[in-house]
Amino acid sequence: MIMIFGIPGPLLFGQLLLGLINGAFYAMLSLGLAVIFGMLNIINFAHGALFMMGAFAAWMLLEYAGIGYFPALILAPLIIGVFGIILERTVISRLYKLDHLYGLLLTFGLALVIQGLFRNYYGSSGLPYRIPEVLQGATDLGFMYMPNYRGWVVLAAAVVCLATWAIIEKTSLGATLRAATENAPLVQAFGVNVPRLITLTYGGGVALAAFAGVLAAPIYSVNPNMGDNFINTVFAVVVIGGMGSIMGAIISGFGLGIIEGLTKVFYPEASATVVFLVMVIVLLTLPHGLFGRRA
Amino acid sequence: MAGFSRSQKIAFLVMLALIIISPFVLYPVFLMRVLCMALFACAFNLMIGYVGLLSFGHAAFFGMGAYVAAWTMKFWHVDASVAILFGGATGAVLGLCLGYLAIRRSGIYFAMITLALAQMVYFFCVEAPFTGGEDGIQQVPRGYLFGVISLDNDMAMYWLVAAVFVAGFLLVHRIIHSPFGQVLKAIRENEPRATSLGYRTDDYKLIAFVLSCMLAGVAGGTKALVFGIATLTDVHYSTSGEVVLTTLLGGLGTVFGPVMGAVLVTTMENYLAQFGQWVTVTQGVIFVICVLAFRRGVIGEIGGALRLAL
Amino acid sequence: MTISRRALLGTATAAAAIPLVRARAQGSPTLKIGVLNDMSGPYMNLGGPTSVVCCKQALEDFGVSAKGLNVEVVSADHQNKPDLAASITREWYDRAGVDVVLDVPTSSVALAVTNVAREKNKIFLCSGAATSDLTGKSCSPNFIHWTYDTYMLAKSTGGAMVKAGGDSWFFLTADYAFGKQLQADTTAFVQAAGGKVLGAAAYPFPGTTDFSSFLVQAQSSKAKVLGLANAGADTVNSIKQASEFGVSKSMKVAALLMFVNDVHALGLDSAQGLNLTESFYWDLNDRTRAFTARVRPKTPNNLPGMAHAGCYSATLHYLKTAAAMGAAEAKKSGAATVAKMKQMPVDDDCFGKTTIREDGRNLTPAYLFEVKKPSESKGPWDYYKLIATTPGDQAYRPLAQGQCPLVGKA
Repeated sequence: MIMIFGIPGPLLFGQLLLGLINGAFYAMLSLGLAVIFGMLNIINFAHGALFMMGAFAAWMLLEYAGIGYFPALILAPLIIGVFGIILERTVISRLYKLDHLYGLLLTFGLALVIQGLFRNYYGSSGLPYRIPEVLQGATDLGFMYMPNYRGWVVLAAAVVCLATWAIIEKTSLGATLRAATENAPLVQAFGVNVPRLITLTYGGGVALAAFAGVLAAPIYSVNPNMGDNFINTVFAVVVIGGMGSIMGAIISGFGLGIIEGLTKVFYPEASATVVFLVMVIVLLTLPHGLFGRRA
Repeated sequence: MAGFSRSQKIAFLVMLALIIISPFVLYPVFLMRVLCMALFACAFNLMIGYVGLLSFGHAAFFGMGAYVAAWTMKFWHVDASVAILFGGATGAVLGLCLGYLAIRRSGIYFAMITLALAQMVYFFCVEAPFTGGEDGIQQVPRGYLFGVISLDNDMAMYWLVAAVFVAGFLLVHRIIHSPFGQVLKAIRENEPRATSLGYRTDDYKLIAFVLSCMLAGVAGGTKALVFGIATLTDVHYSTSGEVVLTTLLGGLGTVFGPVMGAVLVTTMENYLAQFGQWVTVTQGVIFVICVLAFRRGVIGEIGGALRLAL
Repeated sequence: MTISRRALLGTATAAAAIPLVRARAQGSPTLKIGVLNDMSGPYMNLGGPTSVVCCKQALEDFGVSAKGLNVEVVSADHQNKPDLAASITREWYDRAGVDVVLDVPTSSVALAVTNVAREKNKIFLCSGAATSDLTGKSCSPNFIHWTYDTYMLAKSTGGAMVKAGGDSWFFLTADYAFGKQLQADTTAFVQAAGGKVLGAAAYPFPGTTDFSSFLVQAQSSKAKVLGLANAGADTVNSIKQASEFGVSKSMKVAALLMFVNDVHALGLDSAQGLNLTESFYWDLNDRTRAFTARVRPKTPNNLPGMAHAGCYSATLHYLKTAAAMGAAEAKKSGAATVAKMKQMPVDDDCFGKTTIREDGRNLTPAYLFEVKKPSESKGPWDYYKLIATTPGDQAYRPLAQGQCPLVGKA
């Protein structure tokens, strides 16, 4: 057995792989956040709650409508995306002209309401959701058993992240979006319906969170607090990557997952805090994060 | 009093009167909680209202002040006033260290850095043996004030807390209405111009931050003595969120806003504890309503309606 | 004008702060029981409203009106915060005339409440919290630890598993006092029975939902048993992920603290084969079944676990004692009432006959259960098969080892 820094090789590689898997979640969640902040200038503290709603939507689809995992991967983001659009139209759009911080406070309040309501109706112990048959089981990679489902998570997350990045950076729709955020009146003068674009973008960001929620449902217990546990880390990821940058969010997400995985091997108690340490270091050296381009 | 407008003087006297009368009518322990929160909110308001920086990690100073005051009282049996001073000093020192790092950024980045630093303080409190981890530091005696007055009596403790609060409140007021405060206001309005006038803006902001953290530490230390307990809740980010809610509800940047906010939030928590499951939802709803419709907070709205600055 | 509006707000605040008026019945003074637990957080299903239901069931089963007693039950949510619990308790004792505080899960909260109870000379009957410290260094004459504790869990689950061949352990521990204590207590038993602890992973609490890396460490340690020194949602998550990573194929999983409500949340697919200890199970015998049948209609979504049963049992015994002493006497001194409770024999449908020791420990039996396979279960909540029983007088830490200052005094 190879020993690296006193840790058996297989263990280290196993942890790195696991870190990558976590990173996939961080990347997906921070992607939604980065899209919303980059395009809308809103710091969406409700993201964790929406992630949780995605998981619950998948559970409810199974429980009440018998709809399984794979259709849920598409339906749940759609449903929650629509919910996000309603939120945006009714509440969030009123804050666009104000300081960022009001958006932060509003979404913080929304998160409290959503999580509180779910807790009242569903309790906190969590609800079971099974891994779909076809993804069950594990593959022996030699240095560890990797559950097939987790491998699927990394794949799905990577695909979705790259697709989102491609849409925003490489298509004309994305170009219009980016233009609209830099100079809305001008783009509107060109005949583009900017408010609708913004609404759809928020819906899209929310749908990304909900998609991550469906991915998470079989692994973590579906409970109203599941968003809480992620949200602080995800915010740190977004800040590290640079608050407007899509690629920054993706890279930081995966990167931080790996760093966290390594910390778990050497100093497990600190694994929840290392991300903040990194954030402070990054912010002090690079004021706008690794790839940030907004003040 | 220098700096108080006429209406503010009246409001101050009303507040003073309420502070003096209420312990005979209401439960003193509840009132002490209100006063500690109010002082904490005043300290926080100094940063957001007058310097324009939202600190999302103020619980770190409140909580560490609570821990240090609790520890010195329990193990060294110091005088109550000394314990509270230790709390304030802790807040100030911690504020200096963290502020030195955070002040370089502003706006949302400042908020995020303070949140991150506060999370690290929280982690330190979880791991450090002296904080007692999840149990916290319990059975802290109230001790004696100036060696003579026993604070075990709720009323005696109340007068101490009231005195600390009024002193803190007036200190904040003094800071704002001093030349130093004027510079802070200038920095908030237009920082580049202030710099061009020769002011070292970072230093001013840092000093204001340290003062704010010191007061938060005093509030925490006092709270620890009143309840005889200092726990992880005091350094948790939900406490940071709570002080933001308190100040927002009362009115950011107003003089009496934080106090009113503390009264409302503490009462609401107390009252809602019976309904158990609805506390979080209600807090969230209030947050949302405040941000959407009530941005100036209760005092801000009242002041706006009466065209007075409160 | 500013003044009048402020005064108005002040008065409204004052009105809101006064607790709701209670109706006073004629006759004997009102005994008041306050159920204090987590109504909205991770331990809601382990305590929560079901505890209130069980407490009220005791009133009904005892027949309070027939015995001429006035009893009132109030409840509050402590949100797992020691300072909030301490201030609610203080206000209850001082202002609302509450005589008994009941339930209180979360060890740090229970420690805070027991101090207040002692200070005010009232009563605290703890059903939900785990730490054996409550009858050790922090014992008090105003306190009874009713249902279980960390020592009993460690001895029952830990000891039994070592006897069954699980002589090497790896712990997954929640990094706070409760988790560490549970790990320490269990380690003592494992080593005393000739086993070894091959390693432990402490994870940040609260907030960790992903245990995969710790589980991988556990697997690579090649230990025979994975000991979970955690509770609630953490336990549920660690078990789910253990089965995902195939840990349960190579290691036996010992859930050191788990309630039937957690098993329900987990589902039998993931929970099958788990070993755990509780002092109550609804399907254990005729008496427990009868009790459950009475309570079931009032709590349709949740079945009573041991903490809920403890609330019932403690309330029933308190009422018996108060009836024997007379309500006025019972209200006067908490310590005196608790002393009488310790003298009177305890007997109810939930735990059968038990005795309460000097240090405040109620000696309930410890049942070691194994979770059934889905094929063995006849329906929802039919989850356990009984493996072993430790009678109450052997299940708990011997008096001499407890360091309780009350022990040894006349």
